[in-house]
Amino acid sequence: MTGRVVLVEDEANIAEAIRFLLSREGWQVEVHGDGHDALEVIMAAAPDLVILDLMLPGKSGMEITREIREMQAFADLPILMLTARGQVKDREMAERAGVTRFMTKPFSNTEVLTAVRDLNAQAQQARGGAVAGRDPVRDAG
Amino acid sequence: MTSLNLLALVSIGYVAILFSVAFWADRMALRGRGAWFMGSPLIYTLSLSIYCTAWTFYGAVGYAARSGMEYVTIYLGPTLVMIGWWWGLRKLVRVGRSQRISSIADLLSARYGKSNVLAISVTVLAVVGVTPYIALQLQSITLSVSIFAEADPTRSYNEAGTVFWIATGLACFAILFGTRNLNANERHHGVVMAVAMEAVVKLVALLAVGIFVVWGLAGGVDAALTRIDQSPIGQWQVQGGRWVAITFVAAAAFVCLPRMFQVMVVENEDERHLRTAAWAFPLYLLLISIFVVPIAALGLELLPEGANPDLFVLTLPLSQGQNGLAMLSFLGGFSSATSMVIVAAMSLSTMVSNHIVMPIWLRSTGAFGGASVSGDVRTVVLMARRFSIAAVMALGYAYYQISGGGAALAAIGLISFSGISQILPALVGGLFWRGATRAGALAGLAVGFGLWAYTLLLPEVAGGLFSTQMLEHGPFGLSWLRPQALFGVEGLDPIVHCVLWSMSLNVAAFCIVSVISFPSPLERLQGVQFVHVFDHSAGPGGWTGSVAQSEDLMVMSQRILGPEEAQAFFQRALDRQGGPGPLPEPTPEFLEQLERELSSSIGAAAAHAMIGQIVSGAAVSVEDLLAVADESAQLLEYSSRLEAQSQELSRTARKLRETNQKLTQLSEQKDAFLSQVSHELRTPMTSVRAFSEILRDQPDLSDADQRKYASIIHDEALRLTRLLNDLLDLSVLESGEVTLNQSRRGLSEVLDHALASALAGADRKLLVHRDATAEAMIELDTDVDRLAQVFINLIANAQKYCDADRPELRIDVSQAVDALHIDLRDNGTGIPAEFQGVIFEKFSRVTPERAGGAGLGLAICREIMHRLGGDVAYLPGASGAAFRVTLPYMAKIEEIR
Repeated sequence: MTGRVVLVEDEANIAEAIRFLLSREGWQVEVHGDGHDALEVIMAAAPDLVILDLMLPGKSGMEITREIREMQAFADLPILMLTARGQVKDREMAERAGVTRFMTKPFSNTEVLTAVRDLNAQAQQARGGAVAGRDPVRDAG
Repeated sequence: MTSLNLLALVSIGYVAILFSVAFWADRMALRGRGAWFMGSPLIYTLSLSIYCTAWTFYGAVGYAARSGMEYVTIYLGPTLVMIGWWWGLRKLVRVGRSQRISSIADLLSARYGKSNVLAISVTVLAVVGVTPYIALQLQSITLSVSIFAEADPTRSYNEAGTVFWIATGLACFAILFGTRNLNANERHHGVVMAVAMEAVVKLVALLAVGIFVVWGLAGGVDAALTRIDQSPIGQWQVQGGRWVAITFVAAAAFVCLPRMFQVMVVENEDERHLRTAAWAFPLYLLLISIFVVPIAALGLELLPEGANPDLFVLTLPLSQGQNGLAMLSFLGGFSSATSMVIVAAMSLSTMVSNHIVMPIWLRSTGAFGGASVSGDVRTVVLMARRFSIAAVMALGYAYYQISGGGAALAAIGLISFSGISQILPALVGGLFWRGATRAGALAGLAVGFGLWAYTLLLPEVAGGLFSTQMLEHGPFGLSWLRPQALFGVEGLDPIVHCVLWSMSLNVAAFCIVSVISFPSPLERLQGVQFVHVFDHSAGPGGWTGSVAQSEDLMVMSQRILGPEEAQAFFQRALDRQGGPGPLPEPTPEFLEQLERELSSSIGAAAAHAMIGQIVSGAAVSVEDLLAVADESAQLLEYSSRLEAQSQELSRTARKLRETNQKLTQLSEQKDAFLSQVSHELRTPMTSVRAFSEILRDQPDLSDADQRKYASIIHDEALRLTRLLNDLLDLSVLESGEVTLNQSRRGLSEVLDHALASALAGADRKLLVHRDATAEAMIELDTDVDRLAQVFINLIANAQKYCDADRPELRIDVSQAVDALHIDLRDNGTGIPAEFQGVIFEKFSRVTPERAGGAGLGLAICREIMHRLGGDVAYLPGASGAAFRVTLPYMAKIEEIR
């Protein structure tokens, strides 16, 4: 049921923690620490889920989200955004930009895992309706 | 022989008639009737006859008996004034009316800038000059009564008692008819009528005696002339000096005497009356003086040697058994005395109460201003007048008692005249010379009155005051100061001597002081008002209203109120009046309403002045002008205050706007800062929480992982601590609450300490180059710990961010004129140009997060250096990252001092 996740986070320790948690769940985690070429990394990886930090060196998580949504292929890609800035207007902006779930640091591990599971389930449900038959292949992979 | 009882009866009867005439005239005036009679020029002319007092009635005959034709000068003066100077009198009357003058003191005071000092001076001088004259009248009555007493041995005659009761009666009359009410114009119809009646009585009496003497005793005109030639009167030589002097003094007194001013100016109804009086009054004087010489001549001839010539008018008929004629003659003398005393007391009391009593009362009660129109003050004024009359009469009575009635009547009269005439220069100067000033008037009056008192009054009247020796050799033996031969001018008649010196020096002092002194604005204004009174005041008859005035009022009202409102107001007034229209009559009620209406638009003073100008054509009085000016000044001040307030308001508003902007900015900065702080705190906490949960929830972790994660938690906790320390440090530095601990230490020592701290436990080697020689020369006197903190920060940054393969740091020391420079350069690529401007801002970061700094270090460095009086700056253009720490010599210099 799990797949590939791209994690864009410049804080090495936080990235390490999330990588650890998600790998245990069976996700294949690709960590990237810079905003600049995050989009290329995502395009190359074609992940099932993207986790974005809001404040990144080079390019902000908000911009990356917009660029992702501009691409047809990634229209339904679940995006989980993490931020240390807990302001309401950030959440609203993120939702307008196309972020699927918004989460404020510091979070508990359970919260992250639950969010990732939820997003994955929603995505699979959507895909199940739209492109039936792809799931078994994925599961097998 | 007429008994004293009959005399008393007749006198009382006469006084009763006098009272009823006065009473009747007042009643008629109050009802507005009888104006054709009371307001006629004839009455005015007759009232002027109070000039002819008992001195004239009895004294002129005595004068003629003693000095021949010289008595004529007493009549010549006024005659010349009336005929030759009527235009001057007209001006006086016009000024008196337009300025609402109540007395001669008031006139001078008004002319010279409403000077109270001047008013008081004139009042005092008038009282001094007139009191002997009142005494003189009382004396004449006593003397005349005593004639009858001599002839009536059946009764003992109490002279003192008679005088006392006469004085009391006259005071009562003056109080009754002189102070019944306070008229704005100060006119007293009752008194004027009584005076006019007495004028007729005394003229008739003297004519009757004269006719009896000429035709009854002398036997016709020719016989009378022959007998005159034979008498001593025919042989009197005319003394030119005395004639001129006395004529002049009589003329001056005619204008300046308070009682003359009262009847001539204050009681004047219409200045056209002067035209009649100009010929009628000289005629009256001619008639009253025509029989003086025959009476004197026949008195000298027929009456026994030693008979008082002052009483020939009485004694001649008595000696011929003409009791009825003698009685008439007595009444004539009585009339002369009473009318003079009444009017003199009235006019003096007006001056005393207005210029002495009222100012004192007002000052003592603090009632100046507000209460001036209240009934309360009116009562006080009336009371003051009444007491003043009583006081003036008491003074006259006292003077009579003290002087003992010794001196000849004519002498006292002339002394009094020459004293009063000292007012003339200031009066005439005030009317015709704009340059006359208050100081000049005061100087002239003081000099004139002083000389008069010194040369005439004291030697003649109060002779006992000056010893014979002083009169002959002068005070302190200074012969040129002899009272009757001043400056060595000898051989002159005392009167001539006095008039010559007092008048010439009076005029000189008045003119000189006026020229050298400077008039106040009010004096200037009043000077113009007086001198040019005909240019801007109404002629006679200007007070009656006409429809033409209504049109003028309409035009003016439209200009002030606006056309519709003015028309509506006039229409309402017309409806109320019920007149034929088209405009309402300018009745007093209407004018009052209009003034109220206008005053709400343009202020009370301006409204009053404008209506006054149209209705009366009267000059805008100085009070009006000043009131208008006051109002405008108040308005001006009010508007400038408003303007200042509005400026103040807009200034305050601008300040508030600026403050608000600043606050908004600060609030935004604070939000941004809090948001930054929040971010910086949340980030390490996220790691701490995540790894501590992993350690708690994952029992199957390898030992290596456990250690690794624990050390991450430890590092992040340290990071949090550092961040909190930095924040606190920064907050302390920024708020200025930091305390600096100044101490003395060598630069090299400080740098040693900083390098050791910054590089302790560093995983990467940083090669440091230092200039030991230069460092050794520098001794610092500052907060060395804080300075070391700056160095530690900069060195640690170099250690962390220098991207060279073999990182090196070079520390150079150089001395500028007023500061010490310590430069720290590394051999890396340096800070990109776009960041150089912001690196000292809080939370600014150039490199990615990994180095673990919160971006507060350089901000703290800069704050510290500012506190130490120096600075830290990035040095662009160096090969690597280069910072210059600047320290001023200030501390050192202070210590040397």
